[in-house]
Amino acid sequence: MIILKSFRLFLILMLLTGIIYPLGIMTAAKMLFHDHSCGSMVTRNGMPVGSALLAQKFETERYFHPRPSACDFATIPSGAGNQGATSKALTQSVRERASKLLASHALPLTASIPADLLLASGSGLDPHISPEAMDFQLEMVARARNLNPEKRARLRKLARELIESPQFGIFGEPRVNVLLLNLALDDL
Amino acid sequence: MKTKSNNIFQDMALWRRALRDALYKMDPREQRRNVVMFIVWIGAALVTCTLLRHATAFNIQITLWLWFTVLFANWAEALAEGRGKAQADALRKTRSKTVAHRMNGDKIETVPAADLRAGDMVVCEAGDVIPADGEVVEGIATVDESAITGESAPVIRESGGDRSAVTGGTRVISDRIEVRVTSQPGHSFLDRMIALIESAKRQKTPNEIALSVVLISLTVLFILVVATLPAFARYSELAANQPGASVTSIAVLVSLLVCLMPTTIGGLLSAIGIGGMDQMMRNNVLAMSGRAVEAAGDVDVMLLDKTGTITLGNRMATAFIPVSGIEESALADVAQLASLADETPEGRSIAILAKERYGLRGREVAAPHARFVQFSARTRMSGVDFVDSEGKVTCSIRKGAAEAMRQYVEKMGGLYPTTVAAAVEQISRSGGTPIVVADCGRILGIVHLKDVVKGGIRERFAKLRKMGIRTIMITGDNPLTAAAIAAEAGVDDFMAEAKPEDKLDLIRKEQAKGHLVAMIGDGTNDSPALAQSDVGVAMHSGTQAAREAGNMVDLDSNPTKLLEIVEIGKQILMTRGALTTFSFANDVAKYFAILPAMFSTLYAVRGGPGPLSKLNVMHLHSPESAILSAVVFNALIIVSLIPLALKGVKYRPIGASALLIRNMVIYGLGGLIAPFIGIKLVDMLLVALGLV
Amino acid sequence: MKIMDIVQISLYFGILGILTLLLGSYIFRVLGKDRQGALDSFSRMDNAILRLVVGGRGTYEMTWKEYAFSLLVFNGIGFFALVLLQLFQAGLPLNPQKLPDVPFWLAFNTAVSFMTNTNWQAYSGEAVMSYLTQMLGLCVQNFLSAATGMGVLLALARGLKRQSAKTVGNFWVDVTRTTLYVLLPLSIILAVLLVSQGVVQSLAPYATVKTVEGGSQVIPLGPAASQIAIKQLGTNGGGFFGVNSAHPFENPTPFSNFLEMLAILLIPAVSVYMFGLMVGSRRHGACLFAAMLAILLAGFIVAWWSETRVNPMIGSPCWMEGKEIRFGVMNSVLWGCVTTGASNGSVNAMHDSMSPLTGMIPMCNMMMGEIIFGGVGTGLYTMILYVILTVFLTGIMVGRTPEYLGKKIEAREMIWAIIGILLPSAVILVGSAMACLLPAARSSVANGGPHGLSEILYAFTSATENNGSAFTGLNANTVFYNLALSVAMLIGRFGVIIPVLAIAGLLVSKKAAPPSSGTFPTTGVAFVFVLIGVILIVGALTFVPPLFLGPVVEHGLMLRGITF
Repeated sequence: MIILKSFRLFLILMLLTGIIYPLGIMTAAKMLFHDHSCGSMVTRNGMPVGSALLAQKFETERYFHPRPSACDFATIPSGAGNQGATSKALTQSVRERASKLLASHALPLTASIPADLLLASGSGLDPHISPEAMDFQLEMVARARNLNPEKRARLRKLARELIESPQFGIFGEPRVNVLLLNLALDDL
Repeated sequence: MKTKSNNIFQDMALWRRALRDALYKMDPREQRRNVVMFIVWIGAALVTCTLLRHATAFNIQITLWLWFTVLFANWAEALAEGRGKAQADALRKTRSKTVAHRMNGDKIETVPAADLRAGDMVVCEAGDVIPADGEVVEGIATVDESAITGESAPVIRESGGDRSAVTGGTRVISDRIEVRVTSQPGHSFLDRMIALIESAKRQKTPNEIALSVVLISLTVLFILVVATLPAFARYSELAANQPGASVTSIAVLVSLLVCLMPTTIGGLLSAIGIGGMDQMMRNNVLAMSGRAVEAAGDVDVMLLDKTGTITLGNRMATAFIPVSGIEESALADVAQLASLADETPEGRSIAILAKERYGLRGREVAAPHARFVQFSARTRMSGVDFVDSEGKVTCSIRKGAAEAMRQYVEKMGGLYPTTVAAAVEQISRSGGTPIVVADCGRILGIVHLKDVVKGGIRERFAKLRKMGIRTIMITGDNPLTAAAIAAEAGVDDFMAEAKPEDKLDLIRKEQAKGHLVAMIGDGTNDSPALAQSDVGVAMHSGTQAAREAGNMVDLDSNPTKLLEIVEIGKQILMTRGALTTFSFANDVAKYFAILPAMFSTLYAVRGGPGPLSKLNVMHLHSPESAILSAVVFNALIIVSLIPLALKGVKYRPIGASALLIRNMVIYGLGGLIAPFIGIKLVDMLLVALGLV
Repeated sequence: MKIMDIVQISLYFGILGILTLLLGSYIFRVLGKDRQGALDSFSRMDNAILRLVVGGRGTYEMTWKEYAFSLLVFNGIGFFALVLLQLFQAGLPLNPQKLPDVPFWLAFNTAVSFMTNTNWQAYSGEAVMSYLTQMLGLCVQNFLSAATGMGVLLALARGLKRQSAKTVGNFWVDVTRTTLYVLLPLSIILAVLLVSQGVVQSLAPYATVKTVEGGSQVIPLGPAASQIAIKQLGTNGGGFFGVNSAHPFENPTPFSNFLEMLAILLIPAVSVYMFGLMVGSRRHGACLFAAMLAILLAGFIVAWWSETRVNPMIGSPCWMEGKEIRFGVMNSVLWGCVTTGASNGSVNAMHDSMSPLTGMIPMCNMMMGEIIFGGVGTGLYTMILYVILTVFLTGIMVGRTPEYLGKKIEAREMIWAIIGILLPSAVILVGSAMACLLPAARSSVANGGPHGLSEILYAFTSATENNGSAFTGLNANTVFYNLALSVAMLIGRFGVIIPVLAIAGLLVSKKAAPPSSGTFPTTGVAFVFVLIGVILIVGALTFVPPLFLGPVVEHGLMLRGITF
């Protein structure tokens, strides 16, 4: 008896929470925030080039680079390195990243590098870098694009403008969305 | 039972005997009753076995101290039992060779006391030892009960009433009584007492069981902690690539386990219980079970009879109030005359008051000049008639209840003054009893009789209140009187005009509200209430029925003894709680002693100390000395806490929160800090002695 | 430490407190009011459902054994449904990515995990689970396991409140009401808010785009918002995507992060308030709340402190490995403490990569038994076990037979309480030790040195305490871990539920005694301190050795600059 009743209750609640509820949210989401619900896609020339929320790989020096990704920006699935504080592997890759960055930026060995460019993100898809990391890369990008001083100034101004301050002035950290920055960069 | 010395440590014989008993208790069959210490026993045995292969100085010392840990715990128990055993032996002697004079129809036969059955009738004369518990059915005698109560003053035992119970093993000093035996052989009061004292049948109390559950489960968990430790150690060795870098020998693991287990409380648990019973004994209270003692600590309502408990047995004359125109001394004189033949305590108190106030001595007033009139319930008066030589009444003196006296005086043609009526009213309202005195039909005045509250009782009740116990006085008096006495004695509540069955109802009512009720009683009609109450304290002077019904007997027959009983009940619990807290708080320091020692070289680079050796915050000399110090400290702490276990943690009526904070600071915080100091000291000592 | 960090922390706890007060009386009205016998007057909706289920008119009261049995049966059905959905998902609709059937042991582990409110995930959702499995399987269990926990709490509260009774309520009623009136409405609100921040909610197949540099990127989609709302509110924590709430599609903005963090503690915190109302002592509820908050804050301060020390790898005080820029260090550490205090287990940063002592705090939070607000229902009922232990200790320390809210605590209650407290600890110890000894299990760790031990310890702690977060480096999708952790989850769940229900059954038949001045009150500051002390001593003492050999020694090695 109890089993039968439990089964009936389970079916009803499953219908409610597993079908009606998500579909209801879906309807509301499509009506209210259509773009958001479909992955906040960014388009260029009418073609989607990615999601504003997901980092994508930028390798050339013409673009700002996102933070290191332990999964190399894979999305199915994404992931982190999960290395601890005494990890030789992580220490190693931090060192490699540092020397690579110093080389690509033509900086002396003593130059300091923003930490978020050395340490991988949690999702492997962190779309943001810190304003410091952006400043750090400005020179490299400008040089790769052969920007004249006037354009450099505009780039600098653009970069300033793209810094997102904490949400509502309170939540989170100041940050820059790499994809949006790079798209703006191309339009410069 | 009363002993001169309260410090059992003065008695060397007890110590030696306890040590011997402690060795006997090493028998695993004995040991098994105490799970925590039994595990220590097994651990010690295990380590002893390993000695066969690795008999290093360190291992040998660890082994010794593990055995000492078990021994010390046994010693504590044996010490606690020791006192009781000595007393029991003394009691047993009184029981052994008694003969009884059994009445068989008209014949009297002499039989061994052991052959008596309930219902037998025996005769006891001066010099006889009463052979069994029973009820006096005929006669009155003075009895020496010092064998039981330790009180040398003899007591009166008489048939009927509330002083009819006699106890086997006591001795008749004068007169002759016939006694109906009420106990079966082997179940007498004395037998029970011996059994109780020896704690042979000591059952675990509910709280003790609950505590044991906690201790045993945590012990099991600590076994798991220690048993899984080698696995974590092995992993770490592999990860560090340092095989054998951690010390996880059997001896070390057992040491860690014994240190973590609640051995302090586990070793002293039964000593605390026995010590508590012993404290009861010392207060001359015989508790029939540990359960009752424990329940006493929870009592929050206490019922007690007014008469004999709160007030001295009877009402006493406290003042003479003459009508206007009469000298107080004249009133006193007449009142004394009227009371001469009155052998009731009230009557006597009038004579005594007259003597104290005016130096009036009792005069020889005898027949044929005087004829005494006894008090009768019908007339509610008593007095004396003076007669001339022809037998004609010349003058009659009367004293009695106001209403009766008014009728009497008015019948004689006298006047009942309104001032008297007013004074009577006033005395009644204050809870007193007015006795109106008349001489030859003329009202002279009033004697004020009053319940006299026992000295110091107010303070005792105040203390009970502080402990959270509500006192309820039960009395047959009218509400007015009852209220007055209640106010004077400082009880919280009273029940006036109570019939015997009302007591039972009251107890049931309070219990239904969730209260734990203590009842103090002595009379036969108290026994249902005593049986119903959660803690029933019977006066030893009371009836056999009452003594059977209660779960405690107060050998001193002191009704406010409950105060001590409650305190002891609470102390037993508190001591257990305090030592439990202490035990677990100790573990922190022991971890800091043993774990860094076990892993001192793990993850070390080039022979330096490993990172975990940084946690050797006590800077103990070496890994060996650290482990040994912890084990030694653990064993010694048991011994050093024996006196506390036997004496109990002092209860103070300062409210539960204040008490808890106090105990937490002493035993919780103290238990956290003390071992850091203690282990360090032991370590320094071991190093100084060159033992490590 | 920045001013804005302090502002965010204050705002978080302030709003949590306000919501607790606001929702407390609501949830008490819909769930807590004891309408013994007459269950059918509250509303039409649950009545309609219950009549459909039970037939006749309304429902009946259950003894603790009936309650437990109904609970087990109900959870068992959910378990089988979830296993079947996974095993046959390839052939079922709503699988646009044509994901294959889930392998048996993984399906088994996942079903146990979601039924027990653990949401331990040995898989990555976007790569393994079809939309149907996510919705009809995982999402449903998110609701039902939370409702189950709430039911047990309600039964316990009734056990304390009712006098000389036999029954503790009706399981079906509790589950239905919790779902209908608490979980669903809050989930709907949160889900819509989350979509507004960018959380996806779509049944469309994954999109593939040509990236700016000309590469291609697959954009995963799915009905995420609806599931994430309940995963936080129900303290489930199972991510729709593998990296859980670090994934930008699960937690796109700092504000969504704030909302989700609030949602994690919301119902557990509100339940404490409701419990106070149910047992008729708001002050006692406040004391429990204070004790929970105090432990949470203490742990957070330690963790935050450690996470702002110098990171030897880069030589500056920055621990951004495994964290997201939009949250920063403070929000990641706070989340870590909150999610492990509550038995949520969703993460917005990788605990594995936190500094050793920071990583130890989440572990400790879980080891204490998930009582820092804890899971929906579970947190408080486990806390009550500690309270019973505390009351026992304080009772005997003031010389009185212990009583809790007037009800005497005796040996039988103590046995159950101690089982509920210690059994999980035992499972953690034995499980981790086993894994340490088995070479196959050892090879799953991703880190060398003591950190590997931490990974194993974390896994068994998280599973047993039904948290679900992980030191994700450990590859747990092996037969050993799938099986061992499933067993741990089952014991950790039902090994506590059954004792709690038994205690409810024992207490419900007792009569409450009125308090006297000799009773130690469970409403004062002293009580809070002693309770915290008992939790720390009992919860922590057990784990000192493995913690010494894991995070503590790792901290020492890190300071010496040693790597593995």
